[in-house]
Amino acid sequence: MGADDVARRLEAVFRDVFDDDKITLSPEMTAADVDGWDSVANIRLMVSIEEDFRIRFDVGEFQEYRNVGELIAAVARRVS
Amino acid sequence: MVEPALLPWLPASPPDYRAHCADIDTMAQRGTALRRLAGHALGTNELQRLARSIIQAVNDGTAAPLQSFALGLVSNSTTDFIVPALIGSAARHGVALRVAAAPFGMTMQAALDPASELLQIRPDAILLALDYRAYFNDYALDDDPMASVSAAIAKLQAMIAAFADVSKAAILVQTIAAPPERLFGSLDRHQPGTAAWLAAAFNQRLSDEVLRPGVNLLDVEALANCVGLAAWFDRSQHMTARLPFANRFIPLYAEHAARLIGAIRGHSRKVLVLDLDNTLWGGVIGDDGIDGIRLGQGDPRGEAFQDLQRAALALKRRGVLLAVSSKNDEALARQAIREHPEMVLREDDFSAMQINWSDKATNLEALAERLSLGVDSFVFMDDNPVERAQVRSALPQVLVLELPSDPAEYAAVLLASGAFEAIGFSDEDRQRSEQYAANARRDSLAAQSRDLAGFLESLRMRGTFVADGAIGWSRFTQLINKSNQFNLTTKRYTESQVADYVAAPDVLTLQVRLTDQFGDNGMICSVIACPRDGAWVLDTWVMSCRVLGRRVEEAVLNEIVRRALAAGIGQLVGLYRPTPRNGLVRDHYRKLGFHQDGHDGDAERWMLDVASYEPAALPIACDTSTAA
Repeated sequence: MGADDVARRLEAVFRDVFDDDKITLSPEMTAADVDGWDSVANIRLMVSIEEDFRIRFDVGEFQEYRNVGELIAAVARRVS
Repeated sequence: MVEPALLPWLPASPPDYRAHCADIDTMAQRGTALRRLAGHALGTNELQRLARSIIQAVNDGTAAPLQSFALGLVSNSTTDFIVPALIGSAARHGVALRVAAAPFGMTMQAALDPASELLQIRPDAILLALDYRAYFNDYALDDDPMASVSAAIAKLQAMIAAFADVSKAAILVQTIAAPPERLFGSLDRHQPGTAAWLAAAFNQRLSDEVLRPGVNLLDVEALANCVGLAAWFDRSQHMTARLPFANRFIPLYAEHAARLIGAIRGHSRKVLVLDLDNTLWGGVIGDDGIDGIRLGQGDPRGEAFQDLQRAALALKRRGVLLAVSSKNDEALARQAIREHPEMVLREDDFSAMQINWSDKATNLEALAERLSLGVDSFVFMDDNPVERAQVRSALPQVLVLELPSDPAEYAAVLLASGAFEAIGFSDEDRQRSEQYAANARRDSLAAQSRDLAGFLESLRMRGTFVADGAIGWSRFTQLINKSNQFNLTTKRYTESQVADYVAAPDVLTLQVRLTDQFGDNGMICSVIACPRDGAWVLDTWVMSCRVLGRRVEEAVLNEIVRRALAAGIGQLVGLYRPTPRNGLVRDHYRKLGFHQDGHDGDAERWMLDVASYEPAALPIACDTSTAA
């Protein structure tokens, strides 16, 4: 799975977690850009990504990514 | 094995799930649609979305017919993820749940402060969601393990007592699962002070000492064991977000908690309706013949169907009624049930059968009529997805189990569904099947009897009235919460609320039992009368529909009047609060000689002057007593 496929599938996960079909991911996007992306939603996002891609982040890893671009890269590393 | 965490007995959620939620948000009455959507196998995000719609509906006052229920949640872990799952899952069980959670780490203070949000919502139940970490240390090797377990049990008992002082709520307590890591190895089970030993000792004492009427069990250890301890405990998620167990088991946990709430509200189901071909046996009896169907030992596939029959028989023994709905030639199907040597279930095990070529929904309605029960008490099992879809669409009140293609899983799916979740097991439950069979014999006697009076005399009925009985109030409460049709006010009470009425010196609680020549009907009527200005207000009057048309209500009124005279009560005030289900008793008080006198809130008020009441002669002999 390439980075583009990962991004497309991540977008679907974001839309589910935030119940918003208008979300479009971009590499620079951060929590400040998405309605409802608080600390609780952050965990829901993390476990939803883990369950959807059947991957596990190392403990604390997810919280270190500063934007969506870094997240896409991290997921792509794990599924490739 | 089918994966229990994915709720395999429920159909998969529709692909445009979130659009469904958004549609519901615009409806005028949303409860039915919310319950229907909740009846799918929903994941955590789907439950979260549904919870938003439910909360919105509760706030808008459009959640009917879901029943309101307030839950206080006390936890030593994060509750943010569990609360929406509980709300979504409760709708599956007919409940519009409101939840107030005590802040993390504040459990005892929350219990004791009447101004806390937890108590301000006036909880109907309080869930003490405490896990292993609330009581014991990780990697334990406790020096004084007996004292540690005693302290843990005492801590729990103190919380329960503190809540009992300030609230009438039912309490839900949890068993604890021990983390799977072992210090010694197999020795851990035997070595006092290890995690495995502490958890086992705690759970045993919880079951022996803590559980009682009003304190019910959510067996979390059983859930953890069912899915596997290594999967249940997720240390990374606990370190990251203080999740008590892995996120992916939240829907399963919430479903089990919601079942318990449904059972407390009396929503448990009573009847298992089974298809025959490829459900109770392999093959099609009309094509394969009695010698050709697959059933029994020596053939793995045949063994699978026999396994389901054994599970169904076990359910029957605990009070679940069995029935058949099958598209078949009736004579041939009945012959197979009677004569096939490997059948575990025989004709006598079924309370009713509909074997014909009509559609299944029609047949389920016919079964409901025969058994005097609502289809909302039915669970339906059929291997054919088309039949399942037809019943789901025509009769959404029926729980239609989703079945995997492999019959080896049928029994497991049936039991995992928890459709018959119960908070107690009474002699009435044990005898229920026999009672319904006796009903069928009574009906046939009625058909033979030319006149009703002669029929009733021939039943040789004997009523037993017990006022303020300390025994039997579990069934007393169950009747109040389960009865929908013969229920004058449709008030619901927890066991602790009932216990308060029983203890109050000026409130009459009346238990009525009925026997006749065909057997013991058990407790069939609950009445609560509260004093008001020298009168008794009949706050609650419910009766089992099994004894309709037998003048039992007149005997009950005679007894109430007799006790009113003895207590110096001048008037009886009957209340009738109409619901979609209780039209049956619209004229109850008129028929008993009350006269209508305005309204009490949304209830009709009916009055009876006690002194001028003249009891009629009845075909029911009466015994009466008051508990000490």
